[in-house]
This record gives sequence, structure tokens and C-alpha cells, in this order.
Amino acid sequence: MEQRSRIASPVVWQLLSFALFFGLWEVAGRWPISFAFPPFSKTFMALLRMIADGSLPKAYLSTLQPLVIGIFLCSIAGIGFGIGMGLSRAIEWFSLPIFIVLQAAPMAAMIPLITYMYGIGLTSKVLAVVVLAAPVIVMNSYKGIRNTNPSLIQMCRVFLGTRRQEVIKIILPHAAALIFAGLRLGLAMGFIGIVIAELLITPTGIGDLITYHSSVADYPEMFAAIASIIVLAALTIHALERLERKLFPPEIRGS
Amino acid sequence: MSADAIVEVKEVGKTYDGGVEALTGVSLGLPRGRLSTLLGPSGCGKTTLLKIIAGLIPPSSGEVWVKGKKVDGPGPERAFVFQDFALLPWANVLRNVAFGLELRGTPKEQRFEVARKQIAEVGLSSFESSYPHQLSGGMRQRVGLARALAVDADIILMDEPFSSVDEQTRRKFQEELLELLRHKQKTVIFVTHSIEEAAYLSDQIVLLSPRPGTVSKIIHPNIDRGGRDPDEIRRDKNYLDVVDEIWQILKQYI
Ligand SMILES: Nc1ncnc2c1ncn2[C@@H]1O[C@H](COP(=O)(O)OP(=O)(O)OP(=O)(O)O)[C@@H](O)[C@H]1O
Ligand SMILES: [Mg+2]
Repeated sequence: MEQRSRIASPVVWQLLSFALFFGLWEVAGRWPISFAFPPFSKTFMALLRMIADGSLPKAYLSTLQPLVIGIFLCSIAGIGFGIGMGLSRAIEWFSLPIFIVLQAAPMAAMIPLITYMYGIGLTSKVLAVVVLAAPVIVMNSYKGIRNTNPSLIQMCRVFLGTRRQEVIKIILPHAAALIFAGLRLGLAMGFIGIVIAELLITPTGIGDLITYHSSVADYPEMFAAIASIIVLAALTIHALERLERKLFPPEIRGS
Repeated sequence: MSADAIVEVKEVGKTYDGGVEALTGVSLGLPRGRLSTLLGPSGCGKTTLLKIIAGLIPPSSGEVWVKGKKVDGPGPERAFVFQDFALLPWANVLRNVAFGLELRGTPKEQRFEVARKQIAEVGLSSFESSYPHQLSGGMRQRVGLARALAVDADIILMDEPFSSVDEQTRRKFQEELLELLRHKQKTVIFVTHSIEEAAYLSDQIVLLSPRPGTVSKIIHPNIDRGGRDPDEIRRDKNYLDVVDEIWQILKQYI
């Protein structure tokens, strides 16, 4: 404790790091190389303007809708499917190869295909989120189930636990941390999916703001829109990570 | 085979899926209310034999009879103490000790009452609400032992329960285990690597040969333990003879 106070707390370091980053951005933006790259101050002012005139909040309302729906679908069907794969040899046997390929493949390449099949509506955008988020959610749930300490399972059996008790009292609690981590990674993928979808499929929401402002050369506005989605995604993922550490501290995770 | 054997192992052999033959033609009887040790070189199939008796893995040949019934799975008269403790990391000591009863559907109040008593007996009363990661290896092993005692099985199977504790703790455990046996009339089957531990604790020592394990000798140490202090027992002529006898046999396997 004493040692820590002498070197200043981590929060101070983090703030310093941000200050340095924004400072460099400011300098780089003022460098007369490209006027398409605005300095931090102008971008920030543009951000405030877009919040004030309501265009940014409105854009987020339409961007977050397919994201939330997509992640919700994944968290029910994806986790369910991953658990099924972990528990049943039969399900594992026919679906594991597919998911191993899906997890490694650049799923973003599927998005034009989705547009082709489902048009440019909400369905397509939800699907774009699902396609990117589902593999990691399914695989994490599956691995969580499969990695259960075999010694705990034998313990459960030797003390006369039924298969049902084995699943509910040992396997699922054991997998919970990995499943939650899968959701967090899935959400990160979902952010990528929704932005690509809005840039490629339908110019709506935040994707529309970016495209529109770039087409009329409002570069500070365009940058503000880009920065806002990056910050939102980063903050959300970070909050989930903290929640995860709180819910499943490493020492009680049991691996 | 002795008349009052509570566990009878008849011509048991085990070949694992990969083709490893771990045990072959093992026959022995384990007397009721006594402590028997399985001793032998590493990899000779001690854990395998213990798990077959527990009903956790089926033998490839032969059979095991417990209390006059053929074993085809785990049963309420057998409890197991695991070498790696096998405690639920997300549950506190109280729930871990009560877990066997929880699986049997014993109501909460009742099973916690039993668990508290067992926790007190292994000397962990002030740790009821601690989690396994907050305990030392020796304390975790006591939790494992308390869990096995809580289900009130007649037979307690222990796989190298003291292998991860230091020598002082180990000796203290051995005392406690002997004390426990004297009071509860449990039959204990105990796997160990330690010749001294086997000689000190056992009423019967089963020596296994290297893989595939067979019974190479059964020794019945006749050490008078009644009311004597541990150091005295360790200087006892019978005790020293047994240690030497085992050593002469195990020496050939190195
Ligand atoms: N699940 C398994 N599948 C295949 N082979 C196994 C399995 N479990 C054990 N074996 C093999 O069977 C043999 C006996 O193993 P076992 O664990 O019973 O020995 P052990 O006497 O308990 O050894 P140690 O003293 O090292 O604990 C070993 O050669 C081991 O490699
Ligand atoms: Mg072993």
C-alpha cells in the first residue's frame, strides 16, 4: 500500500495516458498534411454539436436496436447450443467442425451475402450481428462445459449424484465464467458486425452518420461519429470485464 | 480370504482403452473395521484398484463384492477422499462438507448440522465460511475427509490423502486418523507411497507389484498401538521389522 502511493495511483497514470493521446491527436490534426484529419478539439466540438442537435442520439437508437436483438438471440440460442455440444457427444460430433471453421473464418465476408438473401432491413442487420458474435459465444460455452475438472465429476458420482445434479451443481457453475467471457467477446464482435452492416448494407444509424459526413466533407463530424462508437464499444466491454471479475473472481472459478 | 471381509476383490483385471494393462488377477479381502493400505511402485494400479472398488470405473475382468453385494457403481456404504481434494471452489467449507448429503436430498438444516459436527471433528470450526482457496493443502484435505465422514459410509477409500502436506502435519493427521478409527468402527482403504505411513497405520498392508499390478504380498503388522504414544510405537520392534520387510520387497522393483 505504501509503495503504491509513492508511485501515484493507476488512475492518475490512466488519465495521463489519455491526456497524452489527445494531445498528440491535437498536434497531428494541426499538422498541415491532410485537412481530412481534424484535430481533437474540433472533433470534440463536433461531437457536442451532434449531441445537441439530436442527430447522434437518434443514430444510436437505430444502431443499438439490431445489436441488442442480435446479442440477445445469441445469448439464448448460442449458449444453449454450446452447452448442448458440451453435454452431448452426438451434437458435438456433427457441429463442432462447423464451429471451429466459423470461429476461424473472416465472417465479415458473409455480410454481402446476407444482404443478397435478406435485403436491407432490420433482419439483415440482426443477422450480421449474429453471424459475427455466435461462433465465439457457442465455442466458449462448449469449452466451459468440456473443461470441467474430471475429479469433481467423479466426486459427484461417488457421492451418488445423478447426471442431472452433475450438470446443475458441478458442470454449469464450473462453466459460468467462460460462458460469461464468451458473451463479452461476442458483444465485441457484435459491435464490429453492426458497424460493417451499417456501412455496407443500409446507411442507417451511426454508419449513416459516418458515410454522410464524409460525403459532404464534414470531417470533424465524421471523426466524432467514428470516435463515439469506438469509445462506446470500449467502455461497454470494459464494464463487462469488471463485472466478470466481480462475479467470477479467479480463485473461485475452479479450473 | 478372511471370514469377515467387508470388501472382496476377486480376480480383478483392468485394461484401459488405450491398451494399458493396469491390473491383472488381483484378489484380496479387506477386513471390516480395519485399516488396509495399498502400497506399491508408482503406476502399479493403486488408484485404479481404489476406483474400481469405489465403483467409479468398471473392471475389465473379475468382480468386487461389498457387504455381500456385487459392485456395479458407487454406493452409499462407500465414500472417497480424493488425492486432489475435489472440493467445489465456489462453495464454502460448510457446503462442501455437506455436499454428499445435498446430493442425497437431505434438508438444508439437517445436513448443515451434520456437516458442522464433522467440521468440528476435523478441527476446522472457525473456517466454516471460508472458501477452499483460502485454506492450506492440509486443511483442504480435512474438508475432503469431513465430507466423506458426513455421509456416514462404512467404508472410506482414501487415495494418497496425505501426499501434499508436510511431515509434521502428516504425522498429526495419522494420529487423528487412528483416533477416528478407534471411535467410529470405519473400514478404511488407504493408498500411500510411504512405507512408514503404511506400517504405522495399517492392520493389513497389500503390496502390489509393478504394472500390471498383482498382489505380491499381504502383511499383517502386529503392532500394539493401544494407549502408547506415537514415538514409542515408532521404536517398537514389530514396527521396525515391518518397515524392513516391506523395504526388502519394494527394493526389488526399483
Ligand atoms: N484413464 C486412463 N487411461 C489409460 N491409462 C490409464 C488411465 N488411468 C491410469 N492409466 C494407466 O494405468 C496405470 C496405473 O495407473 P494408476 O493411476 O492406477 O497407478 P498408481 O499406482 O495409482 O500410480 P501412482 O502411485 O503414480 O499414483 C498407469 O500406467 C497409468 O498410466
Ligand atoms: Mg495413484
